[in-house]
Amino acid sequence: MSAAETRPDGAAVNDGAAVEGDAKKGGLSRRTFVKVGAVAGAGLTLGVGWRLTRGPGLPPTDAAFAPDAFLRIDTDGSVTVMVGKSEMGQGVATALPQLVAEELDVPWDRISYAFAPAHPAYGQFGVQATGGSTSVKDSWLPLREAGAKARWMLREAAARRWGVPAAELTTKDATVVAPSGERLGYGELAAEAALLDVPDEVPLKDPSEFTLIGASLPRLDVPEKTTGRAVFGIDAGPPDARVAMVARCPVFGGRVRSFDASAALRVPGVSEVVEIGSGVAVVADGYVSASEGRAALVIDWDEGPGAALDDAEIFRRFEAAAPDGRSVADEGDAEAVLAGGAALVRAVYRLPYLAHATMEPMSCTAWVRDGRCTVWAATQFQNAPGLAGGGARQVAADAAGVDPDDTEVITTFLGGGFGRRAERDFVREAAELAGKVEGPVKVIWSREDDTQHDFYRPASYHELSGTLAADGKPEAWLHRIATQSIAEHLVPGWVPGFATNMLGRRDPTSTEGASNQPYHVPNVRVTYAKVDLPVPVGFWRSVGHTHTAFVVESFIDELAHAAGTDPYAYRRALLEHHPRHVRVLDAVAELAKWTTPAPEGRARGIAIAESFGSYVAEVAEVSVENGRPRVHRVWCAIDCGVVLNPAIVRAQMESGIVYGLTAALYGEINIRGGRAVQSNFHDYPMLRMNESPRVEVALVPSGDAPGGVGEPGTPPIVPAVTNALFALTGQRIRDLPIRLT
Amino acid sequence: MPTLRVNRETREVGVPRTRPLLWALRENVGLTGTKFGCGIGQCGACTVLVDGRPMRSCQLTVGDAEGAEITTIEGLSADGSHAVQRAWVEEQVPQCGYCQSGQILSAVALLAGNARPTDDDIDTAMSGNICRCGTYGAIRRAIHRAAEAGMRPAFATDDADGGGDQ
Repeated sequence: MSAAETRPDGAAVNDGAAVEGDAKKGGLSRRTFVKVGAVAGAGLTLGVGWRLTRGPGLPPTDAAFAPDAFLRIDTDGSVTVMVGKSEMGQGVATALPQLVAEELDVPWDRISYAFAPAHPAYGQFGVQATGGSTSVKDSWLPLREAGAKARWMLREAAARRWGVPAAELTTKDATVVAPSGERLGYGELAAEAALLDVPDEVPLKDPSEFTLIGASLPRLDVPEKTTGRAVFGIDAGPPDARVAMVARCPVFGGRVRSFDASAALRVPGVSEVVEIGSGVAVVADGYVSASEGRAALVIDWDEGPGAALDDAEIFRRFEAAAPDGRSVADEGDAEAVLAGGAALVRAVYRLPYLAHATMEPMSCTAWVRDGRCTVWAATQFQNAPGLAGGGARQVAADAAGVDPDDTEVITTFLGGGFGRRAERDFVREAAELAGKVEGPVKVIWSREDDTQHDFYRPASYHELSGTLAADGKPEAWLHRIATQSIAEHLVPGWVPGFATNMLGRRDPTSTEGASNQPYHVPNVRVTYAKVDLPVPVGFWRSVGHTHTAFVVESFIDELAHAAGTDPYAYRRALLEHHPRHVRVLDAVAELAKWTTPAPEGRARGIAIAESFGSYVAEVAEVSVENGRPRVHRVWCAIDCGVVLNPAIVRAQMESGIVYGLTAALYGEINIRGGRAVQSNFHDYPMLRMNESPRVEVALVPSGDAPGGVGEPGTPPIVPAVTNALFALTGQRIRDLPIRLT
Repeated sequence: MPTLRVNRETREVGVPRTRPLLWALRENVGLTGTKFGCGIGQCGACTVLVDGRPMRSCQLTVGDAEGAEITTIEGLSADGSHAVQRAWVEEQVPQCGYCQSGQILSAVALLAGNARPTDDDIDTAMSGNICRCGTYGAIRRAIHRAAEAGMRPAFATDDADGGGDQ
């Protein structure tokens, strides 16, 4: 079979003529190329599932020992973990190899990784996607098993070579060790191990034996991210690819009626103007020519029925729909208790649309030739045959008019993801265009394109009512949610875990965190009114929790205030049946010294949220400077179950906090005339270093199964800040972003 | 044909002098470590050193940059051995990594003019560089670490190759 390797710059390297990188950076010696494995359709070296077939004719120079889709050991002793998840900063290119290295007994400086091709072997039910903070959760056992099985086979190979029972042999530092002390390196054993059957089951290490799991091992991708060598979507593909920009209808749901390309075609460097599904593409010799060509297009848009939509109308529809939502949680009889008229607390919360604003705007390179399509993309969603409209591979194949088996997806580093790159719109554009023009073409989005054609965190509207019992504890809790559904445009089944829930009534992408709010209240009712609007919405770091945590944690704070009780103590008393909540709440209170007063002119707020299998509590300390909120310090405690890499967990908490703070302080996409008002960082600002708080993170020890860490840091920070501002100023923030009066 | 001095080499670029330096570097010189983020000088992803000063290459034209010594991330060192790059690795700063070329070059310029910056100095100097992954705390630590390690003046690399530095 003909395997091909492809370097990040797109140059193909045939038949395992491996190009070894010379990089020896930061003490880590590794390959710099991204090995993408066999080209689809050419007889993959990869198998399916856990009993993986080793393809016949595997080139001996390419992975002498490849017992499964996740691991390649070469005769030179190099160990490469194929990472089937997308690296967008959250650390999967370190965390997943860490799982393999632990069970395989390979020292950390001997491990390399490569991004896997789009293939069903890299996901449950064939869905290869990165989202929902699931990477470590889902890989915890499979990748450890991959390492353990390979180790078992290598040890068996050594046993046969030496003619001794395998049980007498141990492994250490990528070698098999005999009782005599004689050693054989994994590279020396690779070819023999490859002849053995992959065992069905092998024992995994007991956690007490872990030496790598639980260690803050250095990230494998850091060195190349300090030298400019890391290849992102915008850097990938053949160097001679032409560059295209697409004019898209500014009104959501609009279409091209007609266009005049003559002026655009006169712009120097512009070679072609092509209509595609999303608009009009201008193909040129570079970004600037494409941009100038696009500006010279004359397009008559059919703006469609959405052209009058604005924020006021959107929130009118939410408000009108809210009373008629369907029940997503019902205990006791909240409405009856509320009608009884005891001390009533009511509040309405409104949250705006948010753009993802990844640092790297969308881009995708595609090349269609000889009935085959190659796509280079910073994508969170590579593969999903028959599901959710498909992953990048299926979407590109469809758009280019080729077979998915003849479509190859090369995943680059992602310059931020946050859910935006789970969409395949940018892949479709490039593949469709590549199917219509000669040669490779790279579609680049401007920041304005990126901001105005996002799949936004939906705006939402929340009505809360509560009553307190005589002891001050809540007796009834009614929460009415009105928002757009994220799930709907991907149903059925983006990540399989979501699928069953999505098909049910609750639509967790809209109600998670609210339908299962953890506080003990005898009468609870939560309703959800789904409102259909033409504004595209999608997954945004922590999904439904981005709005429900703010609302639930604000309202419990309001109840605590009404009860005249300390907000930490109030929460704690209502969480008695949720020990993991209590542990992080106590941990953050201790870390922040909650019971000691904040410095003069400052106040603290607290909030907690469980999301993606992890429990996070945060305290924010704020002041008001020149009428603007300032967040000085944030303390965070997380219980994410077993901690794989503590440094990465801490970094993700800090990351999620900064991401949430940007939303709290600035984030707002307004809709006017059916289009997004904001366009770039001047009117959609980001938190900067001079505004960023000092963050302290405590990891709460836990023997529980691993939870996620990419998203759970985000939900509690917004209410922690707004609760702190209430404590400081008496102003309850119910509309975001924060505006002090 | 415009001529640029990039990373101590002279490069002819076959584009109009009005072209933003960013795209000339990426598409014509072939140095893709300099990133496109916003195109309006707001994010700092495209930061390069121009005669040692941190500049937004999306806001400079090729004509503006002619005659100046331009240093991109690739020119900081051949092997990641610059004190700031080493500090970035030691503090494990990058997450997605997209903004880090610009962050590193802004930090290099800061340290060239201020060998022992305070947190406030760092905040002021670095506030033009956005990071969506929130690596700000790690960047602060890395700059202090590089300062303690004693970054050499200006943007010189560790070896004495003679050319280019101030």
